[in-house]
Amino acid sequence: MTAVGRNARRREGPEKLCGVAHYVDDTPLPGCLHGATLRTTIPRGRIVRIAFDPAFPWQECVIARAEDIAGLNRVALIEADQPLLVEREVRHAAEPILLVAHPSRARALAALEHVQVEYEEEQPVLDPEKSEVVFKRFDVARGDVARGLSEADVIVEGTFRLPHQEHAYIETNGAAAFWEADGSLVVIGSLQCPYYVQKALKGIFGLTERQVRVIQAATGGGFGGKEEYPNMICAHAALLARKAGRPVKVVYDRQEDMLATTKRHPAVIRHRTGVARDGRLVAQDIDVLMDGGAYVTLSPVVLSRGTLHATGPYACPNVRIQSRVVATNTPPNGAFRGFGAPQTLFAAELQMDRVAAALGVDPLELRRRNVLGPGATLAVGQVLRESVGAAKALEACVKRSRYAARRRACSAWNRRAGAPSWRGVGLSIAHHGAGFTGSGEVYLASRAAVSLTRHGEVRVLAASTEFGQGTTTMFAQIAAASLGLPVELVSVATPDTSQVPNSGPTVASRTTMIVGRLVRQAALDLKAALVEAAGAVPATRAGLLAAARALCEGEPERRFEARYEKPEGVAWDDATYTGDAYEAYSYAAMAVELEIDRTTYEVRVRHATVAADIGTVIHPLFAEGQVIGGVVQGLGYALLESAVYEGGAMKNPRLTDYVIPTSLDTPRIDVVFVPAPYSRGPFGAKGVGELPMDVPGPAVAAAVHHALGVFIPELPITPERIAAALHGAA
Amino acid sequence: MRGDALAARLLRPRSAAEACRLLARTPGAIALAGGTDAMVAWNAGGLAGRTFVDLSRLRPWTRIRANRAELTIGALATHAAIIDDPFVRRRLPLLAAACATVGGVQIQNRGTLGGNIANASPAGDTFPPLAVYEAAVVATNGTARREIPFLDVFAGVKRTTLAPGELIEAVRVKAPRRPGRQMFRKVGTRAAQAISKAVAAGLLWLRRDGTVEELRFALGSVAPTVRRLRAAEAYVRGRRLTPEVVGEAARLVAEDVSPIDDVRSTAAYRLAVSRNLLSSFLSARP
Amino acid sequence: MRLALTVNGQRRSIACPPMKRLIDVLREDLGLTGTKEGCGEGECGACTVLLDGAAVNACLIPVGQVGGGRVETVESLGRPGRLAPLQEAFLENGAAQCGICTPGMLMAAAAYVRAGGRASDAAIRTALAGNLCRCTGYAHIVRAVARAARSRRVRPPR
Repeated sequence: MTAVGRNARRREGPEKLCGVAHYVDDTPLPGCLHGATLRTTIPRGRIVRIAFDPAFPWQECVIARAEDIAGLNRVALIEADQPLLVEREVRHAAEPILLVAHPSRARALAALEHVQVEYEEEQPVLDPEKSEVVFKRFDVARGDVARGLSEADVIVEGTFRLPHQEHAYIETNGAAAFWEADGSLVVIGSLQCPYYVQKALKGIFGLTERQVRVIQAATGGGFGGKEEYPNMICAHAALLARKAGRPVKVVYDRQEDMLATTKRHPAVIRHRTGVARDGRLVAQDIDVLMDGGAYVTLSPVVLSRGTLHATGPYACPNVRIQSRVVATNTPPNGAFRGFGAPQTLFAAELQMDRVAAALGVDPLELRRRNVLGPGATLAVGQVLRESVGAAKALEACVKRSRYAARRRACSAWNRRAGAPSWRGVGLSIAHHGAGFTGSGEVYLASRAAVSLTRHGEVRVLAASTEFGQGTTTMFAQIAAASLGLPVELVSVATPDTSQVPNSGPTVASRTTMIVGRLVRQAALDLKAALVEAAGAVPATRAGLLAAARALCEGEPERRFEARYEKPEGVAWDDATYTGDAYEAYSYAAMAVELEIDRTTYEVRVRHATVAADIGTVIHPLFAEGQVIGGVVQGLGYALLESAVYEGGAMKNPRLTDYVIPTSLDTPRIDVVFVPAPYSRGPFGAKGVGELPMDVPGPAVAAAVHHALGVFIPELPITPERIAAALHGAA
Repeated sequence: MRGDALAARLLRPRSAAEACRLLARTPGAIALAGGTDAMVAWNAGGLAGRTFVDLSRLRPWTRIRANRAELTIGALATHAAIIDDPFVRRRLPLLAAACATVGGVQIQNRGTLGGNIANASPAGDTFPPLAVYEAAVVATNGTARREIPFLDVFAGVKRTTLAPGELIEAVRVKAPRRPGRQMFRKVGTRAAQAISKAVAAGLLWLRRDGTVEELRFALGSVAPTVRRLRAAEAYVRGRRLTPEVVGEAARLVAEDVSPIDDVRSTAAYRLAVSRNLLSSFLSARP
Repeated sequence: MRLALTVNGQRRSIACPPMKRLIDVLREDLGLTGTKEGCGEGECGACTVLLDGAAVNACLIPVGQVGGGRVETVESLGRPGRLAPLQEAFLENGAAQCGICTPGMLMAAAAYVRAGGRASDAAIRTALAGNLCRCTGYAHIVRAVARAARSRRVRPPR
């Protein structure tokens, strides 16, 4: 029986369940010090003077400052604009200035209170609509929007606003570092992308690749929040460790993590949509503005993905998308599950409901009429040739949720005199591209390997990290199924840059489809070698051991490595921003039924249904876990989560005040998979991680509209906003 | 974690007298009960170098005792213990309901009623029930006791009228006559583990002719301290609860509350919901 | 200061300042790093342990307050090679993803199951409302706890 499509046991599950998996802060490092970070407290200006309290016992501490940086004081990413430690110019109110290490974490933090920083303040730019610094812009044009609009029967305009969102992984960002006697650096971190960290550390310390070893510790959630920020915190730990001559751990407490690390980009999105009387979309004119925060970080690529999903999963002959991401004096925004798409898809989808209302048709019918199908052409010119499960997902969702019946029942409930609540059903649908955008995968040129060790062990080697999604287990399944082995006979190496090839970052819904494909190729190469050497793949440990003797020829292992190659027929042009933006898209449709209390305006989600085409499902239980988990994050985004900013800093950096859903805020969620396999995905698989984040926002907003008859084009849809929408109270 | 254990003291008195003495003579000392508020501040670095006076050895203060229609709840009784108490469940159901909305089980297992009151948060969930039950707080300074009407314990946001060295020893609550109608409602930031944006408790007695004999209605989180809606209560007395009367009572809510905008909600919302809570209580069908 | 605690059935004598938090004593003095700190505010429940049988947040307890107490942590449940039934239910139902909330979730669930909690969705959700999980959306956790609650029931009386 093939290992794919079955619920294999989670590889690292028993260690996690017994509390013996080592997260960064659990990693034993004898003699280690704890680092703390002094941060700016103004959003914009200059540091004039730093004074140390002479009465404080500084001899107990190790202090690292910008002048201790051997290489470049920049955290390299897309641009090298962000300093590792601020020297003079302050661009946001949580920038690191200097680092203190002490054997006691509490003492290290207490020491910060004894440093005085004097500033010259400047007027900060906090409103992205007033920013004049543009990090990146995109212009997409297909057909003729002006003509399309002039020929439309109905034109609907809408403005949509999306807030910051905090990842709220339950393990905060953290890193540990020590230096070997030979001058090489070892970093252990809670991170998604070991090779990103390696690249950043090389530049900061002037080291070669071989001199920087990055190891992923067990990682307590990421969601994009540990894509790029670990570059910073790992470098801080390394800088302190160098100065101290001892290992150093830097682990943020919740408040610091919320204040200083990245958030989802806030956005303001405007739509002008032209439709024919029969519901056909004829023109989409879309303007996207995102707030990048103080440094570039990943903003250009977040904007790119947002732009490429801005039309929603619909075919429209005339499209114009103008998008830009700008600088403000707030902490940089970064990657967060969905990467710009949840923002633009919220606008696109709720706009469809507005159009439906304007036309007087059911939102479902409008979607049916326009949803992407095989052969459809996207705004950037991509023709969808295969694996387009959008309509299938929509119909499966409608059927499973009993959409029409529930909508009628809710409408009837709302007409009842004395009903204690308003009820509504909303629908949304989304596409989500798997893998890096455009030519991203070509530049990454990822590599993954499968090896047979001298001891007869089949091992998968990749830098793709496990932080809950099931990467490790899924790789073992793909390798085992490719080799025709039971999954128990395949092991997966811990991501450690000294051991595993660079399979790229663990982001962008790329691990299963892109890296999984490499794992499959490498496994097939091993299979061919085994067949050649032994006539077949041995299905037992003993057989593998015997084959290993022949294949390894005295070496510790025989390794088969696969490298990403652009599939034939896939083309993207960076210069014109046209072509195949993604190899393949996954699709999801969601129906949500909710209830709004007439006394308190509190919203209770009664039930949710998601149907998804993620291609072949490698691990049904984990895939369902990804969908439910992503949907609940999306429900938090839609209804609860509100990062309050004042003077460029988060005013509620606590889990008490930035509230995420609890078990009681979470409805029953039905998940249906409707696979439209992708021929080049491993066993037909596509991506799943981000997709479920795209659908809850618009489905909830649509359900609120159904319940109240009012559109609230802004998240989160709090009771306060509902009260204001109904009564004009703020 | 910002609290430095080496730079703080934890004292563990064996008697109330000793506890009061320690609190009176140690500047800035903090009485520690279940720790569910104090330790949060400590972890955030807010109480560095302070002395904590742990009350957990005052075992008798954990007791809940019923004497006919009166219940004495020791200051150190946990929310979990109050929820489980048969007298509370039967005769003071609004208090049981309130305790069940405080945090998750972990907080209910540690947080105490006395600590909750002494902390004097405007959002204290048990306060509206205690306000409508017209409870009394028994305070001691180690040598003398006094009884303080519940509402008079609060002086402002996080401030009480207790003297330095004075501790809450118990809360006394008389079970009311069986009310015609009663409600507890917490409006939090989410469905569980939430801080209140508004929290309400109400008791209503009607005469046979349908006129109001007595209304008691209290709201939390809409003023610096918990408030009884005196104006609305007085207005409805003797009146039939017609839509007009309910509407006027709701309008009068503003006389007794003064909600603000903060990171959790807005003044406008809090006022609107306060009015709705009262009107839905008064309009409910028997 | 020296104090005694019974941790996972073993008497332990600990020398530390009394204001040291129970979580830090477990992790630093006793090397039991299974108990996690997620917020330091008593909000996330990742540090949930059982104190004299009741679920509590170890980040909110100065150890000096609980001398002589009986503490149970995730390490008391099972070992990777020999999981407890509750852990097995978590594993089979996909209840652990990133795993950081898992120890606290397990201890809250253990208190619930041990107290005779029913396999009811609503009751389990209430019992776990003090434990935040950002990965799973709770469904698989609730299912795992229901499974454990049920199997506890079907166990023949001793």
